[in-house]
Amino acid sequence: MSDLILDIRELHVSVDGKEIIKGINLAIKTGEIHAIMGRNGSGKSTLAHVLMGHPAYEITSGEIFYLGKAIEDYDVFERARAGMFLSFQYPPSIPGVQVGNFLKKSVNNVRDENIKAREFRKELNNAMEKLEMDRSFLSRYVNDGFSGGEKKRLEMLQMMLLKPRLALLDETDSGLDIDALRLVAKGINETAQNIGVLLITHYQRLLDLVKPDFVHAMIDGKFVKSGGPELALELEARGYDWLEA
Amino acid sequence: MSEDANNAVGDYKYGFHDPENATIRFDKGLTEQVVRDISELKNEPEWMTEIRVKAYHHFMDRPMPNWGNCSMLDSIDFDNVTYFLRSSEQTEKNWDDVPDDIKNTFDRLGIPEAEQKWLGGVTAQYESEAVYHSIREDLEEQGVIFLDMDSGLKEYPELVKKYFCTVVPYADNKFSALNTAVWSGGSFIYVPKGVHVEMPVQAYFRINAKNMGQFERTLIIADEGSSIHYVEGCTAPTYSTDSLHSAVVELIAMDGAKIRYSTVQNWSANVYNLVTKRGIAHKNAVVEWVDGNIGSKLTMKYPAVILKGEGAHAEIISVAYAGEGQHQDAGAKVHHLASNTTSNILSKSISKNGGRSSYRGLLKVNPKAHGCRSKVVCDALMLDADSRSDTYPTMEVSNSSADLEHEASVSKISGDQLFYLMSRGFSEEEAMGLIVNGFFEPFTRELPMEYAVELNKLLELEMEGAIG
Repeated sequence: MSDLILDIRELHVSVDGKEIIKGINLAIKTGEIHAIMGRNGSGKSTLAHVLMGHPAYEITSGEIFYLGKAIEDYDVFERARAGMFLSFQYPPSIPGVQVGNFLKKSVNNVRDENIKAREFRKELNNAMEKLEMDRSFLSRYVNDGFSGGEKKRLEMLQMMLLKPRLALLDETDSGLDIDALRLVAKGINETAQNIGVLLITHYQRLLDLVKPDFVHAMIDGKFVKSGGPELALELEARGYDWLEA
Repeated sequence: MSEDANNAVGDYKYGFHDPENATIRFDKGLTEQVVRDISELKNEPEWMTEIRVKAYHHFMDRPMPNWGNCSMLDSIDFDNVTYFLRSSEQTEKNWDDVPDDIKNTFDRLGIPEAEQKWLGGVTAQYESEAVYHSIREDLEEQGVIFLDMDSGLKEYPELVKKYFCTVVPYADNKFSALNTAVWSGGSFIYVPKGVHVEMPVQAYFRINAKNMGQFERTLIIADEGSSIHYVEGCTAPTYSTDSLHSAVVELIAMDGAKIRYSTVQNWSANVYNLVTKRGIAHKNAVVEWVDGNIGSKLTMKYPAVILKGEGAHAEIISVAYAGEGQHQDAGAKVHHLASNTTSNILSKSISKNGGRSSYRGLLKVNPKAHGCRSKVVCDALMLDADSRSDTYPTMEVSNSSADLEHEASVSKISGDQLFYLMSRGFSEEEAMGLIVNGFFEPFTRELPMEYAVELNKLLELEMEGAIG
């Protein structure tokens, strides 16, 4: 089997009849971090959502292969159980559901092996320590009354525990102060070994802490330029206007 | 279970029934003679017979309520109800002595197991009367009285006479009159001064026969500075014809006493559940209703607290789940009669598959009650567009020093929440189950753990097949 995790071919996506993604090709291999940069409305988040199977987006043409399988017919939870993970830009709150209970159930849903309670606790403590999260998080309700930084750290905690094969990180750095950004970067670097990562961001600053292998500049639903980490610096310095036709 | 009935209720787990082995069964229908016969059969004192007969006439004369779900109420056929059915000659103290088929039922409901693990006392009522009753020895030694109501009347007639119908007069409403006329079973509890009953005591009510009417009557008196937690559960078989459950519960919390009364009502969807529950809280006393309504065809129940003594507190937390063909008309009533009394009301309801839930609340502050505080929060969650949720809050505040808050919200499960949970590997049904359990969490966390676990499972079951 090849080490190809994600293979997107000539993907076109519409929402409410309006084309948002207009022909994207992307291949992510094990161990690679791909960053997508672009302005608001360029289609970055749409790509993340359509990969995770959001029902509002319609694939009008093209194909998505995950671990060698076409996944168009996979439901959202089936993608999660197959090892795909989406870190949300705006994680919704689930009132009345405690974080600890939610994490335990999610891990049981997603990971194949049967994890013993003691082992789970150990992993949980370890990950929370790395993300500098207090134990009191566990008895709070999921994202309910969380600050922006707390929400993103909870997303990272989930990623570390769910051990995905492919992590889609949708603007995980937005709205974070420098300390929270550092912790989020730590979470990504912890998990990113031996998996595929697609990192969507506005800014270069996360890429100082998480080193991408490839950078793609996205304008109006297309990758207009791809390159190495140096492209991120160039986009930061020059903006996107020079890439527009 | 008939196929029709099964289709009507889906996966109701407690819908099984046992053969009816009645030792005494009255003919269907209600007459003064039926009322007198029940009283005679039970060998009751004359004052009780008299009050029953008075209540009977009040019931007959009083029109049906002209509010609530009138069409459902009007379809009750009072002539097709069995008002008294005895299925065991006596109330046993040992499960082994309970007739086998009845014992099997309670085994399937997990009652003996729960008793061993975490309860201070148990009464199990089957049709009209208690078939089993026990209380822990240490509670008995402290002078705690926990009996079925019939035994309570026999053994403590003066105490019963002193308090019976003082919190809920028979003429309070049509169904309190009906209950007073034909009551049978229920619990009688007296907690002496300063005694704290640490483990909850439980009553379990089971209807087994078709077209049965169950009319238990409960009276709980917590003397000064004492406390008790009473838990009530109930189920019934699923039949294609209706049964009637009409209970009256009276609570009296003396100065500084605390009574918590928790209910998980899970009748089958062919039961009319028309219940009057009311407590009086004297000086610095606390009355708490933790009231869950999951089952029944129509529930009309508004747990009430009369804050009679200064500094008394009322807490009413209720949840209602209304599925297909169900109407949960629930709510809360608080009367602030004395100064510096406080109340909290939290009501949460879920409607699904065309089910209907209503919150009906009354908050009254007496002109002479100064410095009262009250907070009312009503949240409704609608799972689809066919369902319905209404709020009917009434506030009658006659003292300007009162500090009142009222919040109400109606929400739907958002697509964002579902997508988020599904991206964590929950199927759509599991995701809905989790959201629904979370919505009810402020209620479930107040229940003994065993009940909370059971309720969560129940709700998850209800979410199966929720996706159309």
